Amino acid sequence: MATASDREALSGVKDDYQYGFSKPEEYVFKARKGLNHEVIDQMCDMKNEPDWMREFRHRSLDIFLSKPMPTWGADLSGIDFDDIYYYIKPTEKQGKSWDDIPASIKDTFDRLGIPEAERKFLAGVGAQYESEVVYHSLQEQWTKLGVIFLDTDSGLREHEDVFKEYFGSIIPPSDNKFAALNSAVWSGGSFLYVPKGVQVDIPLQAYFRINAQNMGQFERTLIIVEEGASVHYVEGCTAPIYASDSLHSAVVEIIIKDGGRCRYTTIQNWSNNVYNLVTKRARADKGATMEWVDANLGSKVTMKYPAVYMMGPKAHGEILSIAFAGRGQTLDAGGKVVHGAPNTSSKIISKSISKNGGRASYRGLLKVAKGATGSKSTVVCDALLLDDHSRSDTYPYIEIDEQDVQVGHEASVSKVNEEQLFYLMSRGLGEEEAATMIVSGFIEPMVKELPMEYAVEMNRLIQLQMEGSIG
Amino acid sequence: MTSELVIKDLHATVDDGAKAVLKGVNLTIRQGEVHALMGPNGSGKSTLSNAIMGHPHYQVTSGDILLDGESILEMEPNERARLGLFLAFQYPVAVPGVSMANFLRTAVSNVRGYTDQPMVSDNNRPGMVGSNLMPMREFRNELLSKMDEFHVDRSFAKRYLNEGFSGGEKKRVEILQMAMLQPKIAIMDETDSGLDIDALRVVSDGVNKLAGPGLGILLITHYQRILNYVQPDFVHVFFDGRIVISGGAELAHELEAKGYQWVKDEFGEAELVKA
Ligand SMILES: Nc1ncnc2c1ncn2[C@@H]1O[C@H](COP(=O)(O)OP(=O)(O)OP(=O)(O)O)[C@@H](O)[C@H]1O
Ligand SMILES: [Mg+2]
Repeated sequence: MATASDREALSGVKDDYQYGFSKPEEYVFKARKGLNHEVIDQMCDMKNEPDWMREFRHRSLDIFLSKPMPTWGADLSGIDFDDIYYYIKPTEKQGKSWDDIPASIKDTFDRLGIPEAERKFLAGVGAQYESEVVYHSLQEQWTKLGVIFLDTDSGLREHEDVFKEYFGSIIPPSDNKFAALNSAVWSGGSFLYVPKGVQVDIPLQAYFRINAQNMGQFERTLIIVEEGASVHYVEGCTAPIYASDSLHSAVVEIIIKDGGRCRYTTIQNWSNNVYNLVTKRARADKGATMEWVDANLGSKVTMKYPAVYMMGPKAHGEILSIAFAGRGQTLDAGGKVVHGAPNTSSKIISKSISKNGGRASYRGLLKVAKGATGSKSTVVCDALLLDDHSRSDTYPYIEIDEQDVQVGHEASVSKVNEEQLFYLMSRGLGEEEAATMIVSGFIEPMVKELPMEYAVEMNRLIQLQMEGSIG
Repeated sequence: MTSELVIKDLHATVDDGAKAVLKGVNLTIRQGEVHALMGPNGSGKSTLSNAIMGHPHYQVTSGDILLDGESILEMEPNERARLGLFLAFQYPVAVPGVSMANFLRTAVSNVRGYTDQPMVSDNNRPGMVGSNLMPMREFRNELLSKMDEFHVDRSFAKRYLNEGFSGGEKKRVEILQMAMLQPKIAIMDETDSGLDIDALRVVSDGVNKLAGPGLGILLITHYQRILNYVQPDFVHVFFDGRIVISGGAELAHELEAKGYQWVKDEFGEAELVKA
């Protein structure tokens, strides 16, 4: 008869296997599940953070605990905050080998055309990384120009002054429950500083993924673009398959000074059990431009509305958002533009695709403050439904406190057009191939904004999503 | 072997069976032949084209369509395309966001059988996914030379398929697609409609270039004028869902001179009496 400790050992073994391709969890430290002030203190001790950050985290936790769950958007009742590890620090050790990765996952990587090095990374057999980002590629030349590109923890350690000046200034913990949660337990993410007048002309990239069972990911990204500088930051996420629900709740804050430009591109393909609740906001000063390009394919629930606050005259904000909702998925995405100064302009383009009963919504806010004269804004949201039981909703909120403005709003919902399908099929394309081509065409205005390799990956992701969706 | 498309006593309905449109069509088209089909508006010419290509809105209720002796009625439109059928649409459909080059490369790869081959990846580009489409360079060369040959501006390769194309441009692009897909039997549904004189010449030159022993053409038209450029071997008059008279090229002149009234007088009555 097995003793209690045998059973424990055995169940441990079983758990290891059920993780599928998550690597064995070897951590120098692993916090308890659940969240309280003690966990925060442990985390701060481990990370050796300054007192002001410790206070900030504690304060944020209080705000998190005091705020109710949002009741709009998507059903979040599946999140159990007590069943999540809030901080895990990786060891220096390597994980398992590439041979241990299941063929199906390798196959997916193949079909996505992910480069060798990145595959290993994504499969968790490359460099160790969990809550802390350890993958950054940055050309040396930028470093010479004074560009700082670090994971956020290192950013805090190595550049505390700049960090402290901007951190939490765009998205305070009180902004919403999940921003408060992130503020309390953030770990990893990117810290990017582009000095005055520096043009970073290749996209900077960072990869994140969830790895530990039930571990929430709470990256915190802070980007500062000084006067007349410009940068394109690209974030791609791919997650492996999990046995139980996962929470991902990031915060991204961006400050663009006068005449600066920033583009932030995201391609997100979380596995279909992830709650992805992200707060992204940028402040654009005089004549500055902010562009969010945001594509969301996976996840169980995504709630994400990248925002641009145009606070200086002639600032410009653009949001291109794509959501692809399949079976059992709710993608509530969109954008917010706030015109806080005269002659500011903005454009929101949202494209959503729903299939197999998936639900994609556009939720957007357009706000023009009093005094923001001569401002212009266009909002276009198009939804494509692949079948009769999928759903698309549009929630455009418009608040305009100024007379002298030009605002346009267009929305359309369409089904995959049978005449288009027949036309393409009459030229030899199979039905699924034809439907995929129509869907790719539908999102093409956005895909063409992506860097080449991401555009390729995006089209592959669409193909994978479309597989088996016909007949 | 000469391919032949045989349409046998074809009856078809539209609108989920509510409306009978084809009422017993009989027609055989062989490779190398040019058939002109003329008939009044609403008589069912496009319905016949759609039924041949397998449009899901048109239901064949009786009769058969055979290609080289095999019924194609159960086949999907793409299977029919792969067997060598082609339909130049009366109203070509726009597909926003899909470049003509990308679309045509995929179409050609399917019709010519490239997609039956396994994926191969290009070793020089690590991380790039394999493909089983027609090799890019080869395709591009062929496309560009055919664009020149059929007077389609090269800039159209990058444009989205039929989006914002003028009526005449759409028709020219249909001919270009036909040239790329090299069908055995092509149905051209009013490819000459809406063209100015120059475009008409370009389109009919195109048809003449493609016509030959390897291609059978069913040219649906309202106008004698295209037949000044393209010599039909047979002319058929289509009326109320079927072919009522067939003859040689001279029949087209007769129609042009007399209009359809005499056909109506002769065959419309008969239908009324029958009904
Ligand atoms: N999808 C459809 N739904 C309903 N009715 C249809 C449909 N397609 C064709 N019809 C009807 O069938 C009849 C024949 O139409 P069809 O388009 O085949 O004529 P046609 O001979 O091609 O005319 P035209 O010379 O004007 O092109 C018409 O009465 C038309 O309204
Ligand atoms: Mg017609």
